[in-house]
Amino acid sequence: MTDPVGAATMFEPFEYEFFTRGIIAATMVGGLCGLMGVYIVLRKMSYIGHGLSHAIFGGAVVSYVMSFNFYIGASLWGFLSALLINATTRRRPTIGADAAIGIITTASFALGVALISRYRTFTRSFDAALFGNILAVDERDLLAIAAVTAFTIAAVFFAYRQLLFTTFDPEVARFYGVPTSWIDTLFALVLAAVVVVSLQVMGATLIAAALVVPPIVARLLTDSFHRMVFISTTLGAIGGFAGIWISYYIDVASGASIVLLLTACFAGAMLYASIRDRLANVSLGGKALAERPAAARQESELH
Amino acid sequence: MLHPTPHELGPEQNIVEVRNLTCGYGPAVVLENVSLRVAGGDFVGLLGPSGSGKTTLLRALLGAVTYHAGEVSVYGQKLNGHLPRVGYVPQVETVDWNFPVTVEEVVMMGCAMGGGLLPWNRREDRERARDILSRLGIGDLSRRHIRQLSGGQQQRVFLARALISSPRLLLLDEPTAGVDIKTRDDLLHLLDELNHQGVTVIMTTHELNAVAAHLAWVVCINKRIVAEGAPSEVFTPEILERTYGASMPIIKHDGMTLVGERPHQIGRHDRSGRSGDHV
Repeated sequence: MTDPVGAATMFEPFEYEFFTRGIIAATMVGGLCGLMGVYIVLRKMSYIGHGLSHAIFGGAVVSYVMSFNFYIGASLWGFLSALLINATTRRRPTIGADAAIGIITTASFALGVALISRYRTFTRSFDAALFGNILAVDERDLLAIAAVTAFTIAAVFFAYRQLLFTTFDPEVARFYGVPTSWIDTLFALVLAAVVVVSLQVMGATLIAAALVVPPIVARLLTDSFHRMVFISTTLGAIGGFAGIWISYYIDVASGASIVLLLTACFAGAMLYASIRDRLANVSLGGKALAERPAAARQESELH
Repeated sequence: MLHPTPHELGPEQNIVEVRNLTCGYGPAVVLENVSLRVAGGDFVGLLGPSGSGKTTLLRALLGAVTYHAGEVSVYGQKLNGHLPRVGYVPQVETVDWNFPVTVEEVVMMGCAMGGGLLPWNRREDRERARDILSRLGIGDLSRRHIRQLSGGQQQRVFLARALISSPRLLLLDEPTAGVDIKTRDDLLHLLDELNHQGVTVIMTTHELNAVAAHLAWVVCINKRIVAEGAPSEVFTPEILERTYGASMPIIKHDGMTLVGERPHQIGRHDRSGRSGDHV
C-alpha cells in the first residue's frame, strides 16, 4: 500500500521543529483568544485587545530598559492597564469603555515609542511584538503559552457562572452576591496574560481580530452562551492551526494568515445566518409571523 | 382581591426597616428623611412620579446607593457594606436583549453563588429551575433565547431567576411596565400567590388602578414619603396631588377605588367649541 498522493507534502512542514512549535503555539493562542474574546465582545470592549496589545508594547519596552523579565513585566503592565480601564469606566461612567481604552492604552504605547526613540539600539527587537513572528517561538515561549492556557482554563472553569452573570448584568450580579470586583480583577489578569503570550504569534497589530472574530462568528451561529463559548474557542484554535499551516504554503505572515482565515469564516457565517433567517421567515408564513412575539418580529424585520 | 394578611408593625416582624434615610447617588440627594417599615408577608407598592425616588428606595434596600443619613435594616441586619440576600427583578429596559442567553441560562444565574465550584449546574438546581418555570407557566420555553419571548414571558423569566434562591423578600422594579392589561393582571395575581406562600413583596409601579385592585399597602413617594396605607385610604385627590403634582379624581365603584384622569384643558372639545361634552 502506498501513501496517498500529497500526504507527504501535507506533513512536510512538521519535519521542521520551529514549525511544530509554531503550530502548537498558534493553536493554543487561537483557542485562548477565542475563549476570552467571548467575554470581551459581550462586555462591549472589542477594542480592548487592540488597545492592551499596544499598552503591553509599552510595558515590554520598559521591561527591556529595566532588564526585567519580558513576560512578567509586560503582563504586569497589561494587568495594570486593564484594571485602570475598568476603574476609570466604573468611577466615571460618563467616560465610556472605548474612550478609556483609547486614552490609557495609547498613552502606554506612546511611552514605549518614546523609550524606543530614546534608545534606538533595540528598535529591531520589537518588530516581532508589532507584527508577530511565529517562527521565532522557542521552548520558553511555548511553556509560557501553556502556563497561561492552563491558568485561563482554570479561571474560566471555576468562575464560569460568576463570569457569565457579571458579563450579563454586573450590577444585578452584585445584588445576587457575586463578588463582581474580584471577578473583574480576575478577568483583567487573565486577559493581560493572554494578550502578552499572543503577541509573539499574532503581533500587536492583528491581535484584535483573533479576539473578536471567533466570538462574533459563534454569536451568528447560536443564541446560547454555553454553545457560544464552545464554538468560539474551537474556531479560534482551528483558525490558529489552519492559519499557520496555510501560511507555510502560500508564504505570508502567520498572523495575517490566521486573521484572513477567520475573516473568511465570518463571511461564511454571515451568509449562513442570512439564509437561515430567510428560510425561517418563509416557513413561518404570514399567519404564524403575525402570532410571533413583538420583539422577535421586530428583530426579523430588521434583517 | 386584597391580601388578607394585616400590615403588622411589631418590631420582631419587620423584614425591612428604614429609619430617617437620606440617600442618593454620590453627593446628589434623591430621598430625604424617609422612614418605612415593611412586615413579613406584606405586599407593598411604591408609587410616585418619574424621578420621585421609587427605584432609589428599592436600591437603598439592596445597599446600592450612597447613604447620607439614617439607616436601613433588612432581616434585622443593618446594611453596612454587606448586601442582603433578596430576590431582585430589575426593570426589563435595563436588560441587554441581544446577549446570547436562553431562558434556562438566565434562571440559573440566580444560583451563581450557591451551586458549587463546577461550571455546570447541579441537578437539583436544574430541577428546581424547571419546576419554577412550570409554575410560572413558561416551562416549555427554557431553551428559547430571551429576545424571542413576549413582554409578560420576559418578566416571568427574571421573576424565576429571583425565585430560584427561595428568597423571603422579593423586590421588583416596575414589573408591570410595557405589558398589556391581561399580562399585567396575570403577573400581579402571580405575585399575590407568592405573597400568600409567605414571600414579602415590594414593587415599584406607575399602575395606580392595578395597585388599588391587587395590593394591600401602598407607599406614595415624592423625594419623601407622602403617605402610606391601604389604597382606599391613600388614594385621595389631596394625597395624589401632593405625590404627582396633578389633580386626579377618585371614583368609588362597586367597592373598588379607581383613579381617574382629567381630560386635557386644550383638547379636541375645546377646539370645536364643545367643551364639557362627555360620552
